[in-house]
Amino acid sequence: MPEANVADVIVVGGGLMGSATAFFLRQRGMSVILLERGLVGQQASGTNFGNVRRQGRFLPQLPLANRSREIWGKLPELIGEDVEFIRTGHLRVGYRPEHVGMMEAYRDGAKPYGLDLELISGNALRERFPFIGPEAIAGSYSPHDGHANPRLSAPAFARAARRAGAQVVENCEVMAIERGVEDFRVETKTGAVFRAPLVQISAGAWGGRLAARFGEAVPIEARGPQMAVTEPVPYAITPVLGVTTKEKLEVIYARQVTRGNIVFGGTAHGPADLDTIRASVRPEVTLHQFTQLKRMVPALAQLNLIRVWSGIEGYMRDDLPVMGPSAKVPGLFYAFGFCGHGFQLGPGVGDVMAELIATGATTTPIEPFGIARFAGAA
Amino acid sequence: MAVHGAFAALAGKVEYLPETLAWNIQPGALHVARDGVARKLPFDAIILATGATDRLLPVPGWTRPGVYSLGGAQVSLKAQACAIGAKVAFLGTGPLLYLVASQYLKAGAEVAAVLDTSPNAARFKALPLMASRPELLVKGAALLWKLRRAGVPILRGVTPIAIEGDAEQGVTGLRVKDAQGRERQFGADAVAMGWHLRPETQLADLAGCAFEHDALSGLWMAKMEPDGRTGVKGVYLAGDSARILGADGAEIAGRLAASSVLMDLGIAVPVAEVTELHARRAVMDRFRRGLLKAFPWPGHLAAAVPDDTLLCRCEAITAGELRRSASALGAPEVNRAKALTRVGMGRCQGRYCGPAGQEVLAAARGVPLPEVGRLRGQAPVKPLSIATIAEDA
Repeated sequence: MPEANVADVIVVGGGLMGSATAFFLRQRGMSVILLERGLVGQQASGTNFGNVRRQGRFLPQLPLANRSREIWGKLPELIGEDVEFIRTGHLRVGYRPEHVGMMEAYRDGAKPYGLDLELISGNALRERFPFIGPEAIAGSYSPHDGHANPRLSAPAFARAARRAGAQVVENCEVMAIERGVEDFRVETKTGAVFRAPLVQISAGAWGGRLAARFGEAVPIEARGPQMAVTEPVPYAITPVLGVTTKEKLEVIYARQVTRGNIVFGGTAHGPADLDTIRASVRPEVTLHQFTQLKRMVPALAQLNLIRVWSGIEGYMRDDLPVMGPSAKVPGLFYAFGFCGHGFQLGPGVGDVMAELIATGATTTPIEPFGIARFAGAA
Repeated sequence: MAVHGAFAALAGKVEYLPETLAWNIQPGALHVARDGVARKLPFDAIILATGATDRLLPVPGWTRPGVYSLGGAQVSLKAQACAIGAKVAFLGTGPLLYLVASQYLKAGAEVAAVLDTSPNAARFKALPLMASRPELLVKGAALLWKLRRAGVPILRGVTPIAIEGDAEQGVTGLRVKDAQGRERQFGADAVAMGWHLRPETQLADLAGCAFEHDALSGLWMAKMEPDGRTGVKGVYLAGDSARILGADGAEIAGRLAASSVLMDLGIAVPVAEVTELHARRAVMDRFRRGLLKAFPWPGHLAAAVPDDTLLCRCEAITAGELRRSASALGAPEVNRAKALTRVGMGRCQGRYCGPAGQEVLAAARGVPLPEVGRLRGQAPVKPLSIATIAEDA
């Protein structure tokens, strides 16, 4: 009989990345222990906007996003639970001629990756999506993107992993990870000790602290994306909406859930504290979001805001995640710091990391995200 | 009237912002909105006197048209001169139950019944505490006598079964079990229900105040000293939002909080007056505890709400769905249960379903009530129109 606290792989951090990795490791027959400081999916994985969007990503990330999109399409059957994924399409609008240029360039760049985007100009855009405001002069439409419920997603993957035989331990903060001769020894705040020859750090905004303990410090900053939701109204806005622009303060995104509420976020971030584990919403940002939201969809001025929230997310200096094997410690893997664009990637990251951990290689390119890019830089 | 008089004397000495929503708070600044314009009001000290609202218990049929909270029924009568029905049944517990019933009687409505969930025995146990304010006991007895003389059935120790009715007519009556376990039916075209009040604590929460569980009421209250200090620098509490002491108690709490603010700002206050205020407040707090013993919150009834009864009205979530989050989904406390089921996620932000939801979750988990925690406050305190623009934008 195997020892209770020993497995092939220990995954540190039960966000969407860690939960999905645990699930796909079980699919490959590896034994896995998932350690979560609080409850699964409680931080950025549960508080993000819920976008299942490929359009607008760093182009070399599209193969990973495509692989993830395929998995989203296999839900709920794959994990046996519904996380409210729906294919609604994703529409980004532009306000100035330079935005049209950005859209065209992105469309041309995305095409070789199999992502087909449709550019729609002003009046045709409003004819098809009558709620879009008069300032928009063009739109870029991605028909196969959509959205899902972040509050449900990571817990559903973790439960599916548990049903498949993973050991999921919540309320179990990791205090020390030591590399021994044969395996890693992971000690938690509760005093429990776990052992495995392979370890994945998927601790989100806290990932940088753990990586630094292995001599791999990275430039990561914790910030709080600012989210909000309106009262429910009849379902009318199908696609997820966003803006193509280089001005961060113009970036607003919104989606309507079928129950009727409109979730939105964007513009600026708020402070996030890794020690108190709190991220607050700045009232000024909420008011600025109102302005940008009304610019994109003027009719939303008729609605009331009922709730705001934030979460703690890790942003890398180059706006790309850390993903792949450690450059220094054999058997150690990383998947953290997804810079506010990790939700769509989550299932794909889990699948790719499980492949990498199980086989030593991955069929999807992830080289741009390697931790070695920061060697000596942090 | 006294309030209006005292406030009139301040005219021109304070900036008065009526019809203003305080929707968020940060260290040193209150965020308000009025007439579609949002403003930031910096402060050195703030007294939060945000009042209280009805504490409700989900009962099968409680979302039918014609069911009101006790406070809502009273506002309708006093502020708009409208009765909620021609024949009204009153369900719940606490002094407000009898007060509003007698106000309806006086206004000419028929009172179908007064149905109190508190057992008779509770009243006797609470007498030593309630004797602290004998004049209020006399007032209460007079109310009861008026209701009885008018032939209103008054039942104590009832267990609500269901508020009856249909989509066409709304409420047609209600059924309860009496103290002897017999089923009783009362015809009515409206129901007013309430179980005391619950403090409105969202701003205190957003301001960073600590909270503690009060075993007597089963409610989470902002931590504070009797003088209104909260432990958060510059934030003070007074009135029903702090501790529910009634109108005259609120006045004393307000004077105490104001004295604390002055002292903390280095302005002298008459010590003897503050001492006397503390003594009077202590009497009222004793009476408050007596009331809670005489008219206890029926947590066991909340915990036993049938699975198919709506618990969260805003999001239309049943008690059964919340129980499922406790078992199948493993939610150990109310914020997790909210994330998984949406209980408390709607317009009211859990202000109405929160207390009953805590009971349901604690019972389903088999743990003491404080262990399932409380819903964390989130801005805006009340819905805020997206048409709102920032003053400096």
